[in-house]
Amino acid sequence: MPERKTLTCLGCPMGCPLQLTIENGEIAEITGYECKRGEEYALQEYTNPCRLVSTTVACNSGLWPRLPVKTVDVVPKDRVLAVARALHALTIEAPVAMGQIIVDDVAGTGVAVIATRTLPRI
Amino acid sequence: MKNRLKKVYDVVIVGGGPAGLAAAVGARAAGAERILVIDREIEAGGILNQCIHSGFGLHHFKEELTGPEYAERFIRQVESGGIEILTDAYVMDIGSDLQLEVISGALGHLNLKARAVVLAMGCRERTRGAIRTPGFRPAGVMTAGLAQKLVNMKGVLPGRRIAILGSGDIGLIMARRLRLEGCEVVGVYEVQPYSSGLTRNVVQCLDDFAIPLHLSSTVAFIHGRDRLEKLTVAPVDEQLAPDLSRSFEVACDTLLLSIGLIPENELSTRLRLRMDPATGGPQVTSTLETSFPGVFACGNVLHVHDLVDFVTEEALRAGRFAAEVALDRRRPGDNIALQPGANIASCVPHSLASGREQVIYLRVKRPLKDCVLTVGDRYEKSFRRLLPAEMIRLTLPPEVLERFFGDSLNIDIRPKGEV
Repeated sequence: MPERKTLTCLGCPMGCPLQLTIENGEIAEITGYECKRGEEYALQEYTNPCRLVSTTVACNSGLWPRLPVKTVDVVPKDRVLAVARALHALTIEAPVAMGQIIVDDVAGTGVAVIATRTLPRI
Repeated sequence: MKNRLKKVYDVVIVGGGPAGLAAAVGARAAGAERILVIDREIEAGGILNQCIHSGFGLHHFKEELTGPEYAERFIRQVESGGIEILTDAYVMDIGSDLQLEVISGALGHLNLKARAVVLAMGCRERTRGAIRTPGFRPAGVMTAGLAQKLVNMKGVLPGRRIAILGSGDIGLIMARRLRLEGCEVVGVYEVQPYSSGLTRNVVQCLDDFAIPLHLSSTVAFIHGRDRLEKLTVAPVDEQLAPDLSRSFEVACDTLLLSIGLIPENELSTRLRLRMDPATGGPQVTSTLETSFPGVFACGNVLHVHDLVDFVTEEALRAGRFAAEVALDRRRPGDNIALQPGANIASCVPHSLASGREQVIYLRVKRPLKDCVLTVGDRYEKSFRRLLPAEMIRLTLPPEVLERFFGDSLNIDIRPKGEV
């Protein structure tokens, strides 16, 4: 008996509703997507759900006391909170340039974290 | 730069958020040389600076950016185009000859003359007063966007145990944000039977963290003398009135409000622009010009968008049209009134011109499936599903209105069976 599963594509703001048909634990069919990204998302989400993480780190002497950062690639969904915790333990010094690497490998995920804005020193 | 402000500008743009920045780029590309962007904050970028999550730029830059990255790319374009940005300054008034009265932190009181003005002031959040939630007035009740600025820019947590009233996108984004910051998010309460935010945000901000979304529910009472202590939450009936017989209590120290946005139109009101009660913004022509010749509007001050990419696209056009007027290259005026009809909540612009490409933005009143949008008998497009939370952008090619000789067109959306 094939199992049915519905997902919302997170590939873009369209948020296409996706229908997956699962047979013996494998995806037999994916429908409902309007672009290639939807199919890729459904496959990824079913086998190994991953997310980008964006948060802030503390920053001394900057225009603002927090610097926004993001992971350069997705991390496994169940590691998202660990990534946020690891970044919250950091404090860096201004100035910072957009794109500057803040951490090479965050929380053992193998994914780097970069600054998402320029933060001048004041 | 601040000490070398000019007396006369081709285009002055009020607001340095995504709309204002793109309007400046659009005006520059159309040939305007003396362009000034005025913003009241200490830096340009507007609300994007506090929107640290990704999801911006898929249309415009063809990649997924965070808010600050999107802003910084535009600020670089503006600066490299020789466009002046005056921050920490506020436009007090605009006179009938497009004379602007400005208060600047660094320069004091200024008067500037503009040949064209673009209004790009954005919008502000609705507050507790707008929905008159009963109860006490303790600390800990604030809008979701204020909490976003506190957390993401100032490094201050609003509380530890968070409830959210309204399912607007900012509220959903803040549910995830505060969860990442280690707070407990007890629930999101939405009075409508559907989310007012994008479905993707319900999935990635609530479902991912097992944060419950209570539809058809609202906060019926706010408890706490000094600090928020608890809420009475109640399901609502079909008239959206809370059913107190089924109410329950939720302990929390913070209530974030994500209950809608209002275009910030104080200047527009002073200018006595003709307004549209459905959008809360000015009425505009197909060139985004308001009822005041030479004054244009774009972005959230015109109508609240859900995607910054659409703001950018609209503002690039507004900047271009403003530059054309400033440089005495005004296009022929509109000849067709555009009337929102069946199932349309709001629609921008308010008139169209035949003979050139037209862009229309609209929202539906209620969720619809398998429906057809029609513009008079000139144009037809099918949609599989439409939601009030998701703005529709429509491009009509020039030939659609080429042989149309009437003076108004209705825009309607109807389920397929009814057409």
